[in-house]
Amino acid sequence: MEERKPGVYLCRGCGIDEAVSVDDLEQVAGTELKVPTCRQHDCLCSDEGVETIARDIAEGTVNQAIIGACSGRVMTDRFQFNGTSVIRANLREQVAWSQPAGDENTQMLAADNLRMGIAQAAKTVTPEASAEGETSSTILVCGGGITGLSAAREAVRAGHAVVLVERSDTLGGWAAQWSKRMPFRPPYRDPQDNDVAALIAEVSGNASVTVMPDTVVTRTEGSPGRFSVTLSQGGAEKIETVGAIVVATGWRPYDASRLGHLGYGTSPDVVTGVELEGMLGAGPVQRKSDGKAAKTVAFIQCAGSRDPDHLPYCSSICCAVSIKQALQIVEADPEASAFIIFDELRTPGTAEEFYRQAQEAGVIFMKGKVKGVDADLKVVYDDELLGDDIPLEGLDMVVLATGMVPNSTNPEAAAAESGADQLVDDIDPEAPIAIAGYKGGNGDGAAAEDAAQTPGDGGEDGNGDGDAEPALPGGPILNLQYRQGPHIPILADGFADSHYICFPYETRRTGIYTCGPVRRPMDMAESAEDAAGAVLKAIQALRNAGMGASVHPRVGDLSLPKIGLDICTKCRRCTVECPFGAIDEDENDYPILNPSRCRRCGTCMGACPVRTINFDNYNVQMVSDMIGAVEVPDEFSEKPRILILACENDAYPALDMAGINRHQYSPFVRVVPVRCLGSVTMLWISTALEKGFDGIMLMGCKSGDDYQCHFIKGSGIAKERMEKVGETLKSLMLEEERVAVEEISIADSGHVPNVINSFADRIVEIGFNPFKGF
Amino acid sequence: MANTGPESQTILVVGGGIAGITAAVEVAETGYDVILLERDPSLGGRVTRFARYFPKLCHPTCGLEINYQRIKKNSQIKVITMATVAAVSGQRGNFTVTVETQPRHVNAKCTACGDCARATEMEVPNPFNYGLDRTRAAHLPHEHAFPMRYVIAPEAAANGEGEKMKAACKYGAIDLDEKPETFEIKVGAIIWATGWKPYDAAKITAYAYDLSPDIISNVEMERLAAHDGPTGGRILRPSDGEPAKRVALIQCAGSRDVNHLPYCSRICCLGSLKHAAYLREQYADAEADIYYIDIRAHDKLEAFYNRLKADPQVHFIKSKPGHIEIGDDGRPVIRGEHTLSREIYETPYDLVVLATGMEPTAAADYRPPVELIQDEYGFIVPDDGVDGGMIAAGVAGGPLDVSMSVQSATAAALKAIQAVRGV
Repeated sequence: MEERKPGVYLCRGCGIDEAVSVDDLEQVAGTELKVPTCRQHDCLCSDEGVETIARDIAEGTVNQAIIGACSGRVMTDRFQFNGTSVIRANLREQVAWSQPAGDENTQMLAADNLRMGIAQAAKTVTPEASAEGETSSTILVCGGGITGLSAAREAVRAGHAVVLVERSDTLGGWAAQWSKRMPFRPPYRDPQDNDVAALIAEVSGNASVTVMPDTVVTRTEGSPGRFSVTLSQGGAEKIETVGAIVVATGWRPYDASRLGHLGYGTSPDVVTGVELEGMLGAGPVQRKSDGKAAKTVAFIQCAGSRDPDHLPYCSSICCAVSIKQALQIVEADPEASAFIIFDELRTPGTAEEFYRQAQEAGVIFMKGKVKGVDADLKVVYDDELLGDDIPLEGLDMVVLATGMVPNSTNPEAAAAESGADQLVDDIDPEAPIAIAGYKGGNGDGAAAEDAAQTPGDGGEDGNGDGDAEPALPGGPILNLQYRQGPHIPILADGFADSHYICFPYETRRTGIYTCGPVRRPMDMAESAEDAAGAVLKAIQALRNAGMGASVHPRVGDLSLPKIGLDICTKCRRCTVECPFGAIDEDENDYPILNPSRCRRCGTCMGACPVRTINFDNYNVQMVSDMIGAVEVPDEFSEKPRILILACENDAYPALDMAGINRHQYSPFVRVVPVRCLGSVTMLWISTALEKGFDGIMLMGCKSGDDYQCHFIKGSGIAKERMEKVGETLKSLMLEEERVAVEEISIADSGHVPNVINSFADRIVEIGFNPFKGF
Repeated sequence: MANTGPESQTILVVGGGIAGITAAVEVAETGYDVILLERDPSLGGRVTRFARYFPKLCHPTCGLEINYQRIKKNSQIKVITMATVAAVSGQRGNFTVTVETQPRHVNAKCTACGDCARATEMEVPNPFNYGLDRTRAAHLPHEHAFPMRYVIAPEAAANGEGEKMKAACKYGAIDLDEKPETFEIKVGAIIWATGWKPYDAAKITAYAYDLSPDIISNVEMERLAAHDGPTGGRILRPSDGEPAKRVALIQCAGSRDVNHLPYCSRICCLGSLKHAAYLREQYADAEADIYYIDIRAHDKLEAFYNRLKADPQVHFIKSKPGHIEIGDDGRPVIRGEHTLSREIYETPYDLVVLATGMEPTAAADYRPPVELIQDEYGFIVPDDGVDGGMIAAGVAGGPLDVSMSVQSATAAALKAIQAVRGV
């Protein structure tokens, strides 16, 4: 890189000038640290202030702007100078607004924040896009049902070629069997025509779509922009290069043979909702047993759903499906009658109109839990209105509204379908809400232990080490040739992984997006919409891969972890801990990065014991130097120093907002924002202790069941690593309490000052770091 | 449109709530220019007023922070606050949109230093907290406001207080004479992400919302539970500031009711389950009664329902209460009949929370000035193709939760891009 020409720009506005001596800060930069260009301004973000910086850059005297002003979270658009590296030293929110004005300690804090900024500048290089060669703009869509067909159509409309693979020999999936579909247009009252045939015709007739029926994916290698997928069509293999992958493998009905207690298998006239659809499409519904018209039909809701012995979740669509079928039956034959026995009738949104229509059409709704169905079709249910067990007799047919099982693993090599058995290690859905003073019903943690026992029933974990992702039951869909195994990660309930509140398309496998019922139970209209969303994310992924840029959440980031293989010990920690499966191992067991899979969180950097993984603009030495730049007074000063490594998305903004609210806290803290706690390396801890810091606190997001880490595992990994630091501290004869990990959410602006102050008090009680001054 | 290319490939997003924000960043991150209009002084819409999301009980600002950073780093997004669409003409690929802005009285020179707020004692009802408390007439909308810029209440701008604020501002950021303005922009497609407003609880006269400060709506409960709300996050009775320990949560207050909102608003059940969790988190001896018709905890949200059902101090009462009265001691008393046992009940509470539903903004206080296909409730009906160049995102198109709104908005972003590609 060219010679570094740092310039320090100090703002006097927003109370900074009142809180600290800006002249003294200029002395720190100019005299102490010999920064050649140092300027002050009354309002650096004003046009005139920005111009001051721009002029120096234009004249070539400065190529790194160190801005001592407000937090780096604000005025980002103002302080942008055509790619010149900009370092922000927070003198406003975390100094002037959170510390008493004119105090010696406030001045020291400001000076250290500036020193850290200058140290940061000395070790940062503006990353450049790494050229990676050709990328493909073709999108692979797995699954030819309503979701996959919709995805193909949407991708083509956006200008992309599509390879559409379907496991069976026909397109249309389950939707092709539906007689009618649920209403999705006003007045939301009547079953609508099933238009899937038109969609099949549109997609298969489009020259930009290569339709491959009878095809499965046997191997997926590479990364976004350049996935190499091996497609096996009736045994004949071919390799395609695609830019991104949309997984729309859909669902299958819950196995009704497990529902013997509801009469399935005891009478041929106990059928599933899916079986009834076939009958509805074929004309008047007839009993399988004797061919007589089915005039009196009972529908049993939640057959195998919302049941701890079967599927723990609600399949969302069954209520509306039964309503549709009941309506079709009563409307086809005015003498027919339909009963729907439900626990909770779930017709959210405008589907309520559909429910209303069924009530008006004479469909009878009965609230209760079915206890059994016998071979004579006698349904006994516990009627909650009457408070008694009621037999329902004289039925011609019983329909079980069975739920949806996601095809998140290969249905040909399916995992056992039995509620708790499906659980993997992510989230225990039954866990009591673990919040202060509130433990829910049975907070004994037994459920969590049960859930952690994953049945490894021969799932193809390509590596067998078992220390990466847990082995999932069932065969993989894409058979990813990744270090972390062949599966798309799935959540506790068996559905494909998704950051399902704020960023529902984000998965742990970059460039691979799931949509439709493989992600969450949903109906046809929603699946079609979901497909459009997934296609957009797929387009972004292949586009970013072409530019060498990251996707969500560090969108556009060009930096990449650079792995120095010369000192790599092949310990595999980086390949194991990467939340996104971005790092594989080569034939000699060295780590090898797949750049376009990488999300730039730095978990690999934090994992590496020999610190040979670094980013141009975020690296081990940079943060070490920032820590080293802090002036640590001797113990006689009675001024402890506490290092805070704060998650830049949540804890750091919470600290800023504490300042915005003018909450004050201990002036002895020195805050370094980190991309994710997962990127924190042990070296920073030891550097700080050697430097004489008295305490270190890591502030990150909630980990565990309800994790809030945007890199999924980063904060959890950091917590695990820090559990081991206790031993190191003991060996140095230091107290374990000197290093703490604290969960701080972005809403903790009022709470974080207390956390800081009590930690500072504790450190004072423990006493000063004995290494201070050595 | 088949043979002529679009005049503009810029995409306009109307509404800066979670759906509009998502649509805007997803469009921009696919390489298209986008203009995001928001009527309020800052982005975030309804979700930024929620204390937490179900089912993770995590904070909306966490995801918003990422989204705001995405906006800040992306030069293809232009955000215009305090702005609405006054007129639309033209067609796909070539819309002329008249934008109307209301005066903020604070210009882009604002640094958010807060001197203007400290210069006045004048207070106004705090719109961010639904008027549950008051705020300075010059204020930052809230601590996480984006853009981070102050706003001056119009009534303050007009009187002498405005001059005090102006005198206190060191940066020349206050413009007391600012007037509403209109200007035109050219865009190729429009995403309507106009969202929802809480159904007016006062319209459900039997529930006596107007008769007691201790009968509140679910969105107000969110503010009581929010760390940056009027009580600093403590669930206190608005009447006397005492902890609310006996709380009723009434489902379908206005929803699933042909006299009010005939549809189900989808989110209220989960919202109330969340409120029960808030309450139990704060007070070990608190009890919550949830009055319901059906608990609609769809898909994996069933697990959240199970977690609350396991709590012996959260009671589920299948009943739609008949009416609410004010008891002799001033507490609200709920009267009605248990649907299952047929027993009549009459129960006093410290606090009653009405789970009011979602009314589409496009049917309430802001009707888009253009012909859209809307159903009888005002939800914008999805257009299967992209011919019209106008797409609904989020709750503008139907009652959705946050995750589904994001899904809808991401899909809308693709549809808008398809519309401006001129295919």
